[in-house]
Formats: sequence, C-alpha cells, structure tokens
Amino acid sequence: MARSAVSITRKAASLATSSALALPLMAMVAPGARAVGMPQLDFANPLVTGQVIWGGVIFLVLYLLLSRSALPKVEKVLATRRLTIENDLDIARRAKAHADAAVDDLHQARRSAMAEAQANVEKVVEDARVAALRQTQEMNARLAEDIRQAEARVAAARAEALGSLRQIAGETAQVLVHQVSGTSVPGDVLASRVNDAATARGF
Amino acid sequence: MAAGSTIDALGQFELHPVLGGLGQSLRFSQSPVMMIVASALVLAFLYVGMRPAAVVPGRLQSAAEICYDFIYNMAVDTIGAEGRAFFPFVFTLFFFILAGNYLGLLPFSFAFTSHVAVTLALALLVFVLSVVVSLKVQGAKFFAHFMPAGAPVALAPLLVPIEILSFLSRPVSLSIRLFANMVAGHVMLEMFAAFTIMLAGLGLVGDVLAVGPVVINIALMALELLVGALQAYVFAILTCIYLREAVAH
Repeated sequence: MARSAVSITRKAASLATSSALALPLMAMVAPGARAVGMPQLDFANPLVTGQVIWGGVIFLVLYLLLSRSALPKVEKVLATRRLTIENDLDIARRAKAHADAAVDDLHQARRSAMAEAQANVEKVVEDARVAALRQTQEMNARLAEDIRQAEARVAAARAEALGSLRQIAGETAQVLVHQVSGTSVPGDVLASRVNDAATARGF
Repeated sequence: MAAGSTIDALGQFELHPVLGGLGQSLRFSQSPVMMIVASALVLAFLYVGMRPAAVVPGRLQSAAEICYDFIYNMAVDTIGAEGRAFFPFVFTLFFFILAGNYLGLLPFSFAFTSHVAVTLALALLVFVLSVVVSLKVQGAKFFAHFMPAGAPVALAPLLVPIEILSFLSRPVSLSIRLFANMVAGHVMLEMFAAFTIMLAGLGLVGDVLAVGPVVINIALMALELLVGALQAYVFAILTCIYLREAVAH
C-alpha cells in the first residue's frame, strides 16, 4: 500500500517535472520573449553562487533554531497535553470507580436494610401469631373449664332434681293407692316401680 | 516587464545586490534576503503560535501543531521509527521551501526556489545526507543495492550502471522538479500580466480584452498556491523516501 503510494508519488513527480520543464522552455522560445538566457544559469554571476553560500548558512541557522528551540517547544506542549489528558482521564476513571463503589455500597446497604426490615416484620408477625394462639388456647381452656364446671353443676342439679322426683312420685303413688284402695304398698316395691318407670322414661 | 512588443519573462529571476557595494562584495542579493524573511516567518509562526502553550489551543497554536504533526507523521510513517531523528531536518526543508515558494507569489518579491543553484544545493544536501546515513547504517552492504535482488547475474553489467545512474540522478530530478515548477509558474504569471498591459495599450477594445489575462492570472495564482505546497511536499516526501532506503537494513 505504502509502496504503491510511493511509486504513484514518484510517477506523478516525474510527470510534473517533465511538463513543468517544458513550460519555461516554451516561454523561452515563445515569439516576443527576449532570448537572453536564464539568469539562473548565469553561474559567472557571483550573486548566483553567493546565494548558495548564504542559503547554506541561513538553512543551517534555521535548522538549528528549529531543532534546538522551536520544535522541542511544540513537542513539549503536545507532551504536556497528552499527560494532562491522561491524568484527567485517570482522575475521571478513579472518580468513576469511587462512584461505582459508593453505588454498590448503597445497594448493599439498601439490600441489608430491606432484609433486616423484612426479618423484623416476620418476627413481629410471628410473635403476634404466637401470642394470639396462646391467648386463644388460654381462653379455650378457661371456657372448657367453665363448661365442665357448669356441666357438673347441671349434672348435680339434675341428679338432685331426679332424686327428689322419685321420692315425690313414690309418696304421691302411696297417697293415691291409699285413697283408692285403702291399703298401702310396701315401700321397697313402690320405690322399685317408681325407679323402673323413671328409668323407662329416661329420668 | 513588458517593454514595447517584447516580453521579458526571465528578468524577474535576475539577482541584484542589496545594500549597494556591500551587498555586491558579500554576494548578498535579494535571494538571501527572502531566505531570511522565509526563515523568520517560519520561526515567528512557531514561536508566536506556541506562545500560549495552551492545553486547549487557539487558532494559531492549532495551525502550528497541525504543521508539526503533519511533518512528524510524514517522517515517521515514511522513514519508520528512525524518522524521529530526521524530523527536524524534514521540517526545516519543507517549511523553508514552502515559505520560499509562497513568498515568491507576493508582488515585488522573489522566489529563491526558482534558482536552480539553490534547489540543487538543497537536493545535494539531501543526497549527501542519505548517502552518509546509508554508509553509516548499512556499511558496505549499501553498494549491494545497485544490483537488484533476484536479478540474473548475467544482467549485472547492464543493471548496475542503470541503477547507479538512477541513484545519481536523484539530486538532479529533485532539484530540477522544484526549480522548473517555480520558474514555469512565475514565467506564466509574468507573461499573462504582460499580455494585460499590452492589450491595455490598444484602446477600448484592448481594455475589455485585457480582463482575460487578469482572470487567467487569478486562476494561475490559485494554481501556484497549489504547486508551491505540492512541490514542497514532494521534496519533503522524496527526502523521507531516500532516508527510509538509507536506514532500511
């Protein structure tokens, strides 16, 4: 690629040379042009050769000033700029790393805070659930106890009531038998019959 | 200058001593004066341009840096890593020639690059430098380049003289190319300017017709701006190519 570019440059240069060479020659032979020759080729003129010496000195001075002073100055500015840009990029990269770390920390803190809050909420809910359960159990036990006591009382009352009923029924039956027949039934028979009747009726 | 019916297209290239007798004895003509002006302009361009030394450059500093980068890249891309050592030389060469070419386009000025003695001296400087670098880097192997690699040995008597001739013609082609381009441009500018003056002497019709050469000269001036930069570039890039061959192992 570079070599082909070089060869094209060379070809173009040689073409330009040949065409450019033709032009002054044409000018020299053009009608009306004064054919006195080219002053550049008048090497007998000391000024023509003198400019080479002066040119050499001036070129040398220019080269020395450029290479020792002017160009290093440009190079220094360019190097400073490169350094400044690199430093700024470093600072920016570091700042970005800090910011990323801060964001990570923030996310981490947020995550742990959320986890902690969630755990607290769960603990409170669990506590409440346990407390409610215990309360329910206590209440159930208390109610069961109340029911048991009430049932015992009912049973006692019922037994007492039923005991009285047999006695009343026995006495009532003795009175009725006595009034109807004028006789009395033995107490144990009457008690047995009353008991059978009460049992048959579910008392 | 137009003198009667003749056109002195080459008179513009004559050298005149400046400062009278002192200039004559020192062989100091307008050509070295323009060299000094060109050098001063190049130096001023860099010194003034780089004075702010800003990280974010202004226009002039940007221009100076672009010029620096342009020649630096040219030298390093063409010559290789060793091109850094030759960069100041190529920079000096390019801008000395460019400033000389452009200064010559100013009215009442003088283009020192239109003198074959100057261009030949520059070309010989490049040539001698490339030979010295070649001998220093490659030693005796330098002479092996005159026999193209892979060519039959039987052709050596033909190829070697051709290669030597081709090598020796480098300073000639380098100097003639620049010299001829500058001379051609200035001759054409002079001739069309003279046509304008001659036509203007023909009365009203001539006055109208004289506009033609002026328009052509404006176009020529644009062309010369291109040629001036192009020739400086060609000189510099060929210098880089010769130096690359010199430093190549």
